[in-house]
Amino acid sequence: MTTTDTGREYGTRTDPASGTRTGVAVALRDLNRRFGEVRALDGFSLDLAPGELVTLLGPSGCGKTTALRALAGLEDVDSGTVVVGGRDLRGVPVRQRDMGMVFQSYSLFPNLTARDNVAFGLRVRGQDKAARRRRADELLELVELAGRGDRYPHQLSGGQQQRVALARALAPEPQVLLLDEPLSALDAKVRVALREQIRAVQTRLGTTTLFVTHDQEEALSISDRVGVMRDGRLEQIASPAELYARPATAFVAEFVGTMNHLPGTTTADGVEVLGRRLPATTDRPAGAEVDVLLRPEALVVTPDPRGSGVVVATTFLGAVTRVHVRLGETQRSGARPGQGETQRSGARPGQGETQRSGARPGQGETTVLVDRPSSAVADLAPGAGVTVEPAPDAQPLVA
Amino acid sequence: MRQRELPAWVGVVPFAAYTLVFLGVPVVAVVLGAFVDPATGGVTMANVGIATSGVYLRGFGSSIGLSLVTALVPGVLGLVLALAVRASPSLRLKRAVATASGVFANFGGVPLAFLFVATLGSTGLVVELVKAVGVDLYGAGFSLYSFWGVAIVYGYFQIPLMVLVITPALDGLRPHWREAADNLGATPVQYWRHVGLPVLAPAVLGCMLLLFGSAFSAYATTSALTSGSLALTPIQIGSFLNGNVLSGQENVGRALGVGMIVVVAVLMALYALLQRRVSRWLR
Repeated sequence: MTTTDTGREYGTRTDPASGTRTGVAVALRDLNRRFGEVRALDGFSLDLAPGELVTLLGPSGCGKTTALRALAGLEDVDSGTVVVGGRDLRGVPVRQRDMGMVFQSYSLFPNLTARDNVAFGLRVRGQDKAARRRRADELLELVELAGRGDRYPHQLSGGQQQRVALARALAPEPQVLLLDEPLSALDAKVRVALREQIRAVQTRLGTTTLFVTHDQEEALSISDRVGVMRDGRLEQIASPAELYARPATAFVAEFVGTMNHLPGTTTADGVEVLGRRLPATTDRPAGAEVDVLLRPEALVVTPDPRGSGVVVATTFLGAVTRVHVRLGETQRSGARPGQGETQRSGARPGQGETQRSGARPGQGETTVLVDRPSSAVADLAPGAGVTVEPAPDAQPLVA
Repeated sequence: MRQRELPAWVGVVPFAAYTLVFLGVPVVAVVLGAFVDPATGGVTMANVGIATSGVYLRGFGSSIGLSLVTALVPGVLGLVLALAVRASPSLRLKRAVATASGVFANFGGVPLAFLFVATLGSTGLVVELVKAVGVDLYGAGFSLYSFWGVAIVYGYFQIPLMVLVITPALDGLRPHWREAADNLGATPVQYWRHVGLPVLAPAVLGCMLLLFGSAFSAYATTSALTSGSLALTPIQIGSFLNGNVLSGQENVGRALGVGMIVVVAVLMALYALLQRRVSRWLR
């Protein structure tokens, strides 16, 4: 690495040429790991640019934690390479990999104070007591825990413990920061505050960071890029905005954000859904019946007493209100007449909510979710007649 | 119809009564008797004077020394064994060691004495085997019937006892602590020095106290092995129980009993002080 460190500002690595802070590049290449019959990693590859924060997102058992632990050296891989800062880490033990890690469960050493926990990495490196105390206090200040250095872990709240764990991981100035679901044990309010703090600290230090979570809201809110994993492979990796707007697969579309499934028909240059033709990419021939995926904000709901749609419920989400509309046969006829719907319930914004319109003949109703500014829903009370159509610039995904 | 519930303390009554009759009453009798002149029935310090001098003082010295040695050495060995077994992925090994420890920790008395006489006695199997390769254990000063010989025998039940009592505490060591230490650059030795052992210290101290008590009160094995040639306080008390007593010294045995209570009380006080120190982080 051509960067140098340093100084006292929390060990920031600074590129002498540009003066900007930067970390190291990380490359995971074709990693494979089997646990019996289960392929935890199946040809998994991932690149992290210097200073980048990449999040691995996916359901339980998709291999995201295995990938992170393989990078840390805590998990052996059957094949593949891990290169950090141009150095091949095959055979390099965990303690020589120069990585800081924050675990899901509170992993502070219970017999050491917060300060001694933060200073632990410096202590085992032989740094003198005064220097490591100074550095530990700097890091505690960075995570806004100045003055709590003398407390033992059990005297700190869960959020405070994870902040100490973050400071401990950063104290030895690691090349790479690894965050293994560090927020999942915390309550919602603390989780939001801490994730913002993690992002702020990471941006300030420029440490290349791999974050693992199953919470899409967390992933989308703090990452430079998000990689969605499934069965040991990356389904898609992209910026949060791109991942949300242009999911590469139906799995990604369903896992990230809320998605309506609507029956549609392919055309020569796209798809027709809810009576409107939209450009879309599909390898199906024109005239084929397909499942069309549209975000709630990609639909427009218009009050219309004679419309075939009926508002069945509204959910206030803050700036927007989610309108639940049951579509009748007339409205749906623009798509596929005579098909029914199934609905996955229990969805909340930002939790992979899916509204599915299946293909069960004989049922004449579909419920779709449409987002509207909360300031413009006065005439959309439950029972109101409406029409629903895709927005002109909607970007549907054809499953 | 709703049944009337008994107060919770009622459940403790049988145990409390048992303890009162078989621990409380004897302790009071021993303590009072230790200060009574059997001839006159008056109060005297003579029994305590005898119990804390001469052969009886040496008995206390040997008992305390033997108990410390067989608490510390088997304590460390048992801890290492328990850690090694815990680190093994083999469930079969873990079960086998747990079962064997349960058996060996309760093995003692004449059978254990015989086992060691047959192997480490003056003509024992091991002694003869090593003699065949040129090592004369007894010629070098070793004796199964000495302090160190008895200490080796005690290890037979003290090490498994340590494994039994420390294993649950080891389960309290979280794998993430080790991984975090590794990740922060610590060697295994540094992890154990700064985290593992300090975390285990309160439990290890408690277990070693138990081992001390086990050794300090052991009677049958040593009695069968040494026939009284090694001066240990429980054996000396045993001789009073057997009636081997000089006229006018009937209550010296009780004074020895009081001495044992005092030794354990002092040790408990030291333990409490140490425990406070090593478990500061728990408060």
